[in-house]
Amino acid sequence: MNRSDVIIVGGGPSGVAAAIAMRKAGVGKITLLERERYLGGATRHCGHSPFGMLEFGRVYLGAAYGRRLEREIARHDIDLRYGHSVAQLGEDGELLVANPDGLQTLSAKRVLMTTGVRETTRAARFVTGDRPVGIVTTGTLQAYAAFHNMMPFHRPVIVGSELVTLSAIWTCLSHGARPAAVLEPRSHSLVRAPLNWFPPLMGVPFHRDAQVVDILGRGRVEAVRIKRGDIVETIECDGILFSGGFTPEASLFLTSGLAVDLGSAGPAVDQDGRCENPRYFAAGNVLRAVETGGWAFREGRAIGTALAADLLGDPARAAPTKVTYDAPIKLVVPSLLRSGSALPGGLKDFQLRFQRRVEGTLSLSIDGREVWQRNAIWRPESRIIVPRPNNSTGAQSVHFGFREEV
Amino acid sequence: MNAQSQLSGSELFDVAIIGAGIVGCAVARRFALAGAKVALIEKGSDILSGASKANSAILHTGFDAPKASLELALVQAGRQEYLDIHQDMNLPLVETSALVCAWTPDEASKLEGITEQGRQNGIDRLRLLTSAEARTVEPGLAHNLVAALHVLDEHVIDPWSAPLAYVNQAIALGANVLRQCEVRAGAFDGTWLLETNRGDIRSKWVVNAAGLFGDHVDARLGFQPEFLIKPRKGQFVVLDKAASRQLKTIILPVPNEITKGVVVCPTAFGNILVGPTAEEQDDRIRATVEHDTLAALVAHGSKLVPGLAHIPVTAVYAGLRPATEKKEYRVIHRAGHNAITLGGIRSTGLSSALGLAQHALKLHGGAERGEFASSATPKVHMPNLAESRPRDWQAANHGDIVCHCEMVTRREIEATLSSPLPPGDFGGLRRRTRAGMGRCQGFYCNARLAEISKGYLATPLAVEQEGGK
Repeated sequence: MNRSDVIIVGGGPSGVAAAIAMRKAGVGKITLLERERYLGGATRHCGHSPFGMLEFGRVYLGAAYGRRLEREIARHDIDLRYGHSVAQLGEDGELLVANPDGLQTLSAKRVLMTTGVRETTRAARFVTGDRPVGIVTTGTLQAYAAFHNMMPFHRPVIVGSELVTLSAIWTCLSHGARPAAVLEPRSHSLVRAPLNWFPPLMGVPFHRDAQVVDILGRGRVEAVRIKRGDIVETIECDGILFSGGFTPEASLFLTSGLAVDLGSAGPAVDQDGRCENPRYFAAGNVLRAVETGGWAFREGRAIGTALAADLLGDPARAAPTKVTYDAPIKLVVPSLLRSGSALPGGLKDFQLRFQRRVEGTLSLSIDGREVWQRNAIWRPESRIIVPRPNNSTGAQSVHFGFREEV
Repeated sequence: MNAQSQLSGSELFDVAIIGAGIVGCAVARRFALAGAKVALIEKGSDILSGASKANSAILHTGFDAPKASLELALVQAGRQEYLDIHQDMNLPLVETSALVCAWTPDEASKLEGITEQGRQNGIDRLRLLTSAEARTVEPGLAHNLVAALHVLDEHVIDPWSAPLAYVNQAIALGANVLRQCEVRAGAFDGTWLLETNRGDIRSKWVVNAAGLFGDHVDARLGFQPEFLIKPRKGQFVVLDKAASRQLKTIILPVPNEITKGVVVCPTAFGNILVGPTAEEQDDRIRATVEHDTLAALVAHGSKLVPGLAHIPVTAVYAGLRPATEKKEYRVIHRAGHNAITLGGIRSTGLSSALGLAQHALKLHGGAERGEFASSATPKVHMPNLAESRPRDWQAANHGDIVCHCEMVTRREIEATLSSPLPPGDFGGLRRRTRAGMGRCQGFYCNARLAEISKGYLATPLAVEQEGGK
């Protein structure tokens, strides 16, 4: 069996950036497994979104960004394998991998998981109604449009109001589809002005506080019934697009019995990006939903740097301390902290998200002593950064508290 | 046969079977094996498009079936035939066993009676267990379990590959499968003339296996219906494959009068499903999933098996069972009219289908009279979709993995599209290959499936471009 120093699972921005950073740090055999035939991950789906400004000093659109990643990988002598789909993660770094020649086992001293995110499906949202053809997520829509020049509908109702929703609207409009309406179940748009002016400017009605309460259709979608306040109305349409509601693609952890954080739904990692099982690392959007391609790239680079330093020793043995937090904080990354010598790179800050829009005071306490606090209006799905104090890794308790303003 | 082709009525079939659900598929196979000339008529765009598309995939023993009932006899005959043929057809048998779980002292007091009934029904491998014993069998069960009955021979199968195998064997013996073909009326004058939207079909006998429309079809054939279909909806939640680490056994409730109740059950595909509900409704077509019910099913599953909490939901679905105003099967043999009705096959149809088929052939009597000339049994070898056995993605030269969640290869999809009975709609494609059935529900593969399946599906995945960019 040919053993790698590091196997990276997933060729999106974070996986590629980590590969390059590790090569630059002198790591020997780096194997990058990508299940598709291209690099770029989710960025490939977005034909119109700009990527690359911070990492490459210029702007690329969608697939062009993936091609730039491919050139970077080629320049750095990485063992890149397309069409390789990982089926199982072993405790000791052995991976069961499917490729066009069948099954094989690959092993490495460390494994870096950069499997990204997926959108929450209609099924996982428990939306009431029939189950006809024509119900998709943004990623699916963009694959139809960008890779196959097809469309799954002419006149969809779109659910959501994240950045990716705007991307979905744009894809519809530029491919001859006209959304019938955009619905956000919450009382406010998840993107702020001026971006939230976009749907009405494009002539697409945007309803807040609006829920899909029924889907009708036998073959294809024929209509949805929506509820706004006490009013239920029927909108005729031939498709429904559920946009956003990103969730980490952490299924391999779950099916392999490796620890997943209940807040982020991604693998729990420490300040170096190291999982509970210290042979495994994770970086990019699999850590938490959801950040930009550029963010994922920089995170991949930083965790790749830490991983390269970690390879010089044995896998960390110290049991991690769990970061604790109050509701309505949804997640904290890193959610584990391990004492020991400081590695270069890694996660310099805590990243937080809230479950709902809330006003109040967020505070950080280390071993019972408050070391940081701020009062603000906190929004769900917006990134919150709290600098991670150096003494956090040796602490017995690290806790994020929250006091809601009433 | 091409979906658009018109029928002339010039061909005389030995038997026309109305409805290509699990029962119709099994009946078609049994008559074809006997040497009969078979027409299998389905109004949907694919087989299994009614009640048979949604069930819990359990191969029952009949331990809790009514004593000395036709249902019990047919479940046991059907089960035995499945056990006899499944290896030849490459169909899975997941030997899960089942635990009938009592969560209150009151429920526990009923277990002895259920055991007694099971023994009278001829099931020997039954064990009454204490809570601790049951949790040795299934460590995932919640601690408030009071007692359980272990039914060792309850198994799980692939509920879609099995009927497809039956119908494939019938096709190999010359059976005609007519989809998008609805019987509008029938008249008997020594032989049957069935009037359909695609022309006339002439047949010596007719078997009504129309499931949710069994009573309507009897009326269209000119009979006074002897039963009334009262559709009973069942909603299901399918949990991520990660859940299979938490549960290996079928968890059954202590049954009540109306239904077998909600089960928590491994599937052949490596998921755990929770369902079905039992909701009476009038509509025979619409089977909606409902937000609050789905949430309640998930909560129920994790109450019984706490490790299921926080496992993501992969899929949700709903189906209708063709219940009638009575609990028992409604099998009617109208000898003077060369007609057999197999009605009211509610929740045990997957287990009893092969038994019902044997029964229908016996009622017909033609095989015993030497009316048919049977030929050699053609070999049918189904592609395996079960997790417990080797899948195509593990073998070389599969082309590519198209659906990564369910590990479905391009070779598998192309094979099913060029098979004797290619999928007629997206549901049919999903049931034959599992593509798009997984946790991302097509986030990655749906567009590729749209391209590969272009021209095959009654409702295509991609819309016709009108103008466009």
